[in-house]
Amino acid sequence: MPLGRLSQWLLLAPALALLSALFLVPIVWFIAGSLASLGGASEIWGETQRTLGSTAIVKTILNTNVIALTVTLFALLLGYPMSFALSRLKGAAFTLVLVCIVLPYFTSIIVRTYAWMVLLGRRGIVNDMLLSLGLIDQPLALLYNRTGVIIGMTYVLLPYMVLTLYAAMKAVDMRLLQAAEGMGARPFEVFRRVFLPLTMHGVLAGCLIVFILAIGYFITPALMGGPSDMMMAMLIEREIELSQNWPAAALMTIVLLAITLALYSIYSRFNDQSGAEGF
Amino acid sequence: MGGFSIRKAVLGAIVVLLCAVMLAPIVIVAVVSFSGDAYLKFPPELYSLEWYERFLGNARWTMALWNSVLVAAITCICSTALAFLAAYGMIRGNMPFRRVITALLLMPLIVPHVVTAVALYFLSARFGMIGVRPWIALAHSVIALPVVLIILQSALKTVDVNLERAAMICGCNRFGVFHRVVLPLTAPAIISSLLFAFLTSFDELVISLFLAGIRAETLPVRMWNSLMLQVEPTIAAVSTLLIVVTSTALLAEWALRRRTA
Repeated sequence: MPLGRLSQWLLLAPALALLSALFLVPIVWFIAGSLASLGGASEIWGETQRTLGSTAIVKTILNTNVIALTVTLFALLLGYPMSFALSRLKGAAFTLVLVCIVLPYFTSIIVRTYAWMVLLGRRGIVNDMLLSLGLIDQPLALLYNRTGVIIGMTYVLLPYMVLTLYAAMKAVDMRLLQAAEGMGARPFEVFRRVFLPLTMHGVLAGCLIVFILAIGYFITPALMGGPSDMMMAMLIEREIELSQNWPAAALMTIVLLAITLALYSIYSRFNDQSGAEGF
Repeated sequence: MGGFSIRKAVLGAIVVLLCAVMLAPIVIVAVVSFSGDAYLKFPPELYSLEWYERFLGNARWTMALWNSVLVAAITCICSTALAFLAAYGMIRGNMPFRRVITALLLMPLIVPHVVTAVALYFLSARFGMIGVRPWIALAHSVIALPVVLIILQSALKTVDVNLERAAMICGCNRFGVFHRVVLPLTAPAIISSLLFAFLTSFDELVISLFLAGIRAETLPVRMWNSLMLQVEPTIAAVSTLLIVVTSTALLAEWALRRRTA
């Protein structure tokens, strides 16, 4: 039944209350409270300059962006053919490919990360196999460095890319491709001039969503990375757990939130234009 | 794209390879968890249930399992109930700022979990809420709410308002309409929501890590703490358990949708 003005708000109230009490208020309180503990505006400004000007933090912010960008590119490269296949397959083959994407997607992140640690360790399964095949003489360093972080994060975030691209590719009318082919376009041209432009908004949406998730990532880089692979989320955790430096953590949070929300607003803007609904 | 069959074969090979890589880590961990070797080898030379025995024989691990189940159970009920009310209010209502409210409710998906976790830790430490399991469940509900809201909104959109009107004319009161028309029609979506909210909480690590303390370690937190020390095979057994829970939930959801479709 259509609802009255009061009852619709009453129905919404519990969810909004939960969101305010355990999400909005804590975030604002944490940032404001941590900064206020420094004293007045000049002290806060001084601390901001000290924190965001320090080489370690600038390096971390740079690192985070480089890692997130690399992961996004790999996810796109691997995700594009996979979503293409998914959008064209039917029946059992479709279900099989879908399971290969959805099962990892819903498996706990710590389980997936652990699995890659087992695979990539010095005496891990990948090194074992390569050694016994005679392809290498010495175990490769695949874990606790940048390689490990990139492999682990790409694996964890790939399903987001595939599912976003799949939605865009599924909407492409195959007759357009046939028409292009019928008019003499070579397969590569069909792809470059018809299919790619038609799926471009999916590519952008997928890249944005993977980048947004990658930039705030914590678990995988913390477990699979080395000392030089510090990311922003890890730094925030470390400032609190190790040094109890709340103001520095708050400042890093502001930077992370600003980047995330800016990218998300771009994402939701052009996602609206393409007619997609909701998230 | 029509094309030559060679092109199709190459694409097919790439996709098969990628699918294998996607599944391999999960399958290998499950196999390795039954290993009887001293360190993790694939394929194992000996098979045993040693790591499962160690897992179930260790009070800290079983406590973590119980904590996880309890927190996930509270989360799935709490988030589904709140999301259902909110979704119904938004679908049947006619409120201003609807887009803003939707964006707000989806925020916890976008904001990095570390930020949510740190902010909650800041608050919880002040009020002595570290290690309180219902509190962790409420925090997980914030994360689960957007996921569940999307499922329930799309389900409620398919319920015809006229059915509710008809029930009212036939003498149902508002509660009766809810209980006899809306709930039965959206029952499959409600069960999906419960399952996905359960999974969201059961697998959540970052927020639990900050809020659990030592008293309320959940399984992922226990895994994290133990991984920080060494890659021990007991974790393979726990991982396999989590994989089984995930697959069972997904399978149940799929079977349910098939039956109602």
